[in-house]
Amino acid sequence: MKTYLFKRLLSLIPILFVVSIVVYSIIYITPGDPAEVMLGDSATDEQVEALREELGLNQSFIERYFTWVGHAVTGDLGTSYFMNEGVTSAIISHLFPTLSLAVLAELFAIIIGIPIGIFAARRRGSYVDQSIMGLSYVGVAIPSFLLALFLVLIFSIKLQWLPVAGYKDLSEGLMVHLEYMILPAIALGLMHVALTARMTRSSMLDVLNANFIKTARAKGVKEAVVIYRHTFRNALLPIVTIVGQNFGILIAGAAVVETVFNIPGIGQLVVNSIERRDFPIIQGVILFVTFVYVLINLIVDLLYGVIDPRVKLNK
Amino acid sequence: MVSIVKTPDLDKKRNELKKEQRRLTIRKFLQNKLAVTGSVILVLLVLLAVVGPMLISADPYAINPEDRLQGPSADYILGTDNFGRDLLSRIIFGAQISLLIGLSVSFFAGVFGTIIGLYASYYRPLDNILMRICEGIMAIPAILLAIALMAALGPSTKNIILALSVVYTPYVARVVRSSALVVREETYIEAMKAIGAKSSRIIWGHMAPNVMSPLIIQITSVFANAILIEATLSFLGAGVPAPTPSWGNILYDGKLVIFNTPWMVVFPGICIVLAILALNMFGDGLRDILDPHSNKGKK
Repeated sequence: MKTYLFKRLLSLIPILFVVSIVVYSIIYITPGDPAEVMLGDSATDEQVEALREELGLNQSFIERYFTWVGHAVTGDLGTSYFMNEGVTSAIISHLFPTLSLAVLAELFAIIIGIPIGIFAARRRGSYVDQSIMGLSYVGVAIPSFLLALFLVLIFSIKLQWLPVAGYKDLSEGLMVHLEYMILPAIALGLMHVALTARMTRSSMLDVLNANFIKTARAKGVKEAVVIYRHTFRNALLPIVTIVGQNFGILIAGAAVVETVFNIPGIGQLVVNSIERRDFPIIQGVILFVTFVYVLINLIVDLLYGVIDPRVKLNK
Repeated sequence: MVSIVKTPDLDKKRNELKKEQRRLTIRKFLQNKLAVTGSVILVLLVLLAVVGPMLISADPYAINPEDRLQGPSADYILGTDNFGRDLLSRIIFGAQISLLIGLSVSFFAGVFGTIIGLYASYYRPLDNILMRICEGIMAIPAILLAIALMAALGPSTKNIILALSVVYTPYVARVVRSSALVVREETYIEAMKAIGAKSSRIIWGHMAPNVMSPLIIQITSVFANAILIEATLSFLGAGVPAPTPSWGNILYDGKLVIFNTPWMVVFPGICIVLAILALNMFGDGLRDILDPHSNKGKK
């Protein structure tokens, strides 16, 4: 286990190295000078030169890259061009709404997706199964921002049950927080409900065909026990994988949904920075989200051994 | 070297076999509900994009302020947008843009991904470097990388194609590489090496044709994702710049007037869902047909 963990951590180094190079290079593919872009057309040459010096644009690519990575490793992701604030503190102050949104969407996906998948697997080939699978196709094909607009149209504008947009912090009460988060979480999570349901179904079907299930049934084990104790436990591995992968995707996907609902998360931070060309923010958020994503995948891999003792991690 | 005796009889037989093979493939395709449904919807969308402009006389750029935000009527079949432009013709031109971007990204990611994947599988030292680079790019969530690239390059249709090609090339390369690694160990590749065939001949003449099925399946998924991300980028204001219509930026405008004119959101929205749905179904259907060993997406 320890050697495996060590190997896995070691294998992250080249990946994070490439990620940092890619993220860092983004500023270099920008046409025009970042300093000129920031100051606008009215700036004098001296002002541009001073800003170039301040931003470190006069140093070579490699020098600047290593300074940047050195700072990033210690948690300093630079300073925003526009907000007069450190990127790290900006990310931290915008993190909670995004995390809350991603967790709620993930919960939605698990609570709805897994039972639907089990249900469909038990009635394999029936009309119910076929309609669930058909619906899951549609679920995967609806982009989150589009679903968000449709949900607003139905629940906020037509029925007027829920607020159109906005955000209330958890400190104002859980129910108030949820009232504002429920539509965004459904919009973000529906695709993952479909993905989780499909994965649960196919994983359950694989196990249901196994001999030990036939044996269990033959000796008269109750159907509920066969499904939940014998089958589900053995089908859990691919489900955990997809749930883990989903979480990383949900954090990235939150960017788009946050814009529709005007939620002040890290996604909105990025989207607002596009037009301002606030590259330190964009770079910082991407680096942060990618790091979280890679970390979650690592944790999921390590969980395999816990969930299924047959998986040997030392290979 | 090896010489093949050609007799008219053998040639005839070979042609017959080829025809038989093709008939079987077509029959398999027609029996696959997913593939057929997907391709029917796709053909309809392509017809909308190609034939649509010939049937619709309205100019997608013509601004008529007095007609703004009108509902569907005889003059404007799907109504008008917030500038009084004809929504139907904007959706039709948007279909062209979306399909153009999807096709171009599939093409570039397909070509570069195939080259990288094949050479990585053939030259082992290259493999390590190329695959680490691919893994690094794939570790960054696609939508965020696309947003960052678009922020750097500036919004334009050309830049979306460029950015999405960069994002999706590694996904194609990974798939091509992993199938090519299997092909590489086949006896016929060993035989080619034994008779002294050049590397380029082995790679392009004998390995490339054998990785086609997974490549095509992967490309349909790239196509669907390209349409999805283009719409998302345009919706965020970082994609196709106004006034060019795209499904995404019609929705961007639609979001501002969603209280009065829900159809501006509903109609382009349906198009996006249909396009992605059709491509996903088509891809899953193809997987069932071309790759019988895979269980993914199977009923």
